[in-house]
Amino acid sequence: MVPQAPPVDSRPPSPAGRASGGLHRLRRRRLLGLILLAALLLATLAASFVLGARPTSLGEVLPALSTPSATDDISLVVWQLRFPRTLLALCVGAALGLAGALIQGHTRNPLADPGILGISAGASLAVVLGIFILGISAPAEYVWLALAGSAVAAVIVFGASSIGHGAANPMSLILAGAALSAFLTAMTTAITLADQSSLDKMRFWATGSVADRPLDVLWAVLPFLIVGAGIALASTPAMNALALGEDIATSLGIPVALTRLLGIFAITLLAGGGTAAAGPIGFVGLVVPHLARGITGPDHRWLLPYAGLLGAILVLAADIIGRVVARPGELQVGIVLALVGAPFFIFLVRRRKLVSL
Amino acid sequence: MSTPTLDRNDSGTNAPTTATGGTAVDRQIRALRWGRLSAVLRPRHLIAALALLVAAALAFAINIGQGDYPLSIPQVFEVLFGGGNRLERLVVLEWRMGRTMVGLVVGLALGLAGALTQSVSRNPLASPDILGISQGASAAVVTVLVMGTSVAGLTVPAALLGGGTAAIALVGGLITAAVIYLLAWRRGIDPFRLVLVGIGINAMLTSVITFMIVRADINTAAQAKVWLTGSLAGQGWPQFWPVLICLAVAVIALALVSYDLQATQLGDDAARALGVRLRVSQGVMLLIAVGLTAITVSAAGPIGFVAFVAPQLALRLCRTATPPLIGSALTGAALLLLSDWVARVVLPWELPVGIVTAAIGGPFLLHLVIQTNRKASA
Repeated sequence: MVPQAPPVDSRPPSPAGRASGGLHRLRRRRLLGLILLAALLLATLAASFVLGARPTSLGEVLPALSTPSATDDISLVVWQLRFPRTLLALCVGAALGLAGALIQGHTRNPLADPGILGISAGASLAVVLGIFILGISAPAEYVWLALAGSAVAAVIVFGASSIGHGAANPMSLILAGAALSAFLTAMTTAITLADQSSLDKMRFWATGSVADRPLDVLWAVLPFLIVGAGIALASTPAMNALALGEDIATSLGIPVALTRLLGIFAITLLAGGGTAAAGPIGFVGLVVPHLARGITGPDHRWLLPYAGLLGAILVLAADIIGRVVARPGELQVGIVLALVGAPFFIFLVRRRKLVSL
Repeated sequence: MSTPTLDRNDSGTNAPTTATGGTAVDRQIRALRWGRLSAVLRPRHLIAALALLVAAALAFAINIGQGDYPLSIPQVFEVLFGGGNRLERLVVLEWRMGRTMVGLVVGLALGLAGALTQSVSRNPLASPDILGISQGASAAVVTVLVMGTSVAGLTVPAALLGGGTAAIALVGGLITAAVIYLLAWRRGIDPFRLVLVGIGINAMLTSVITFMIVRADINTAAQAKVWLTGSLAGQGWPQFWPVLICLAVAVIALALVSYDLQATQLGDDAARALGVRLRVSQGVMLLIAVGLTAITVSAAGPIGFVAFVAPQLALRLCRTATPPLIGSALTGAALLLLSDWVARVVLPWELPVGIVTAAIGGPFLLHLVIQTNRKASA
């Protein structure tokens, strides 16, 4: 019998077709995820204006939102209390998420978080020195001290790890950063143990909180955050190449030393600004990149925006929960983040196959 | 066959060869064979380990010798070996020996635990500090300190309270370790997943501790802060024996399992191909690390940073590819004893030793990193 050509449908798909099918699914997943995250962000935003120690409803909040200069109770609550902290939570969360994704990309280490560059330790030491020596005690005044402390620490770490090379070796970055962080934390603890009033003021700042911060704090750090975010997003193609290894990246034309320098600069701006505004918040930078990578895969052009969005949602949600759970008091963001985010993170770690760097 | 022999390479010539068969100008691979046992002779490693042993012994002697009634190092050794006059024996053996011995075994245990964790995870950031065990112990102690002995309806049993913070810390640490293990278990233990779960639990417990510290009145908060930094003050023989027993058990267990460590460094698949029962040996090593960490936290509080920095220092001093076990233990001991001496004697007011270990160990590690970078580019 003469073999007939099989009908078109039953021909196995060509390898190219199979690959593009998988890629198509990935793209669709990423786009869908992005839309979902944006919707989630809007919902969380709405919840942040509505929920709080004083119960309000959406109907009361919406008119208040459209008239910023009204003076009735609801408007005051919305504009003086909830608007600053919502905006701050969004900006700090996005900054920390971006910084976390950046540092994990540069150090190729899934356990790295922005604090590894000594940023939160430097900020804490600067603040405690300000409290101890200068007697400063208002959050708005901590901002510049914290920024200065983070910058100095990051410069030392980057400098120590790039002596001898042109580009900062990831392993050196991690070790130098951890060494300096431990040293600075030890100095901070020594001062707080020696002087009880310093401990008293420091322990509240060190918890990490977006409440009780005037909007001036946000305006002060916003330029740094914007510049940092811009540099971060612009460097994503170079980071994709760096992920292949420094030699391959160099042969692809990426200026490795410059990319690392810009990356560390962006991380310092983002994480330093976030820490200066809200105090040291530790969980976001470490965990959010893992969560984002589970959806986007290792492509930095998608990973960074996702990390920023997820970070913003996470910090805002933690702030809302902190307001609601302990009525009439409040739990700070720094405390709630890990208590709420960690179980979710552990659940994810158990369920999905981990996407390694 | 009964005397150990020093073999040159299989090529039979005097020309040194590298593992790939090319020729190296300076390095020869020498093997020490004794019957069926064999080991590679690494002179640099041996010399470094001996130097670390001497350093640890000197740190021990300095720590014992210095204080209100200072003794010189030769005097200390004289007393230790049976001589010395009555006053010296009183000072060394009655007053100071307990605390210094605790410092010695805690340093050894921390260095060893750090080396094991970092080797199994192949990641220098995966020290036992961040795995949550110290945090579990800390959270238990701080909660009891701040909220008293009935917490949310659960009353801490009197037997536990009798042991003081040590018993509470131990129980807290072991419960945390068990929780981390159970959460990370999914048809076996993958070190990466274990470390990530440990980080999650660590973050939660840090939140709890921060919450307690913020809620407490300032005196309790200061008290909690002091315990949280880790200190050898007031430690003596009662704390020494549990740590020593744990260390002895660990060493015996490691003697059986540590030779797998070299193969594990090659990666999971290569190790399995070489016949290593990967999950079993990794599990045993992590269990040892957990046990050592829990017992040290219960003895001296969470002395941070030693378990992270000692293996990294030892790795660079011994020029090995992975943290050497004995070297890390000795480095940990030397670091802790020196820091305790500095904290107790050199500083104008006594600071917890956990601060000094970071203050000394941090810059030293920084210096070593810079030195390594400079050499690599030369």
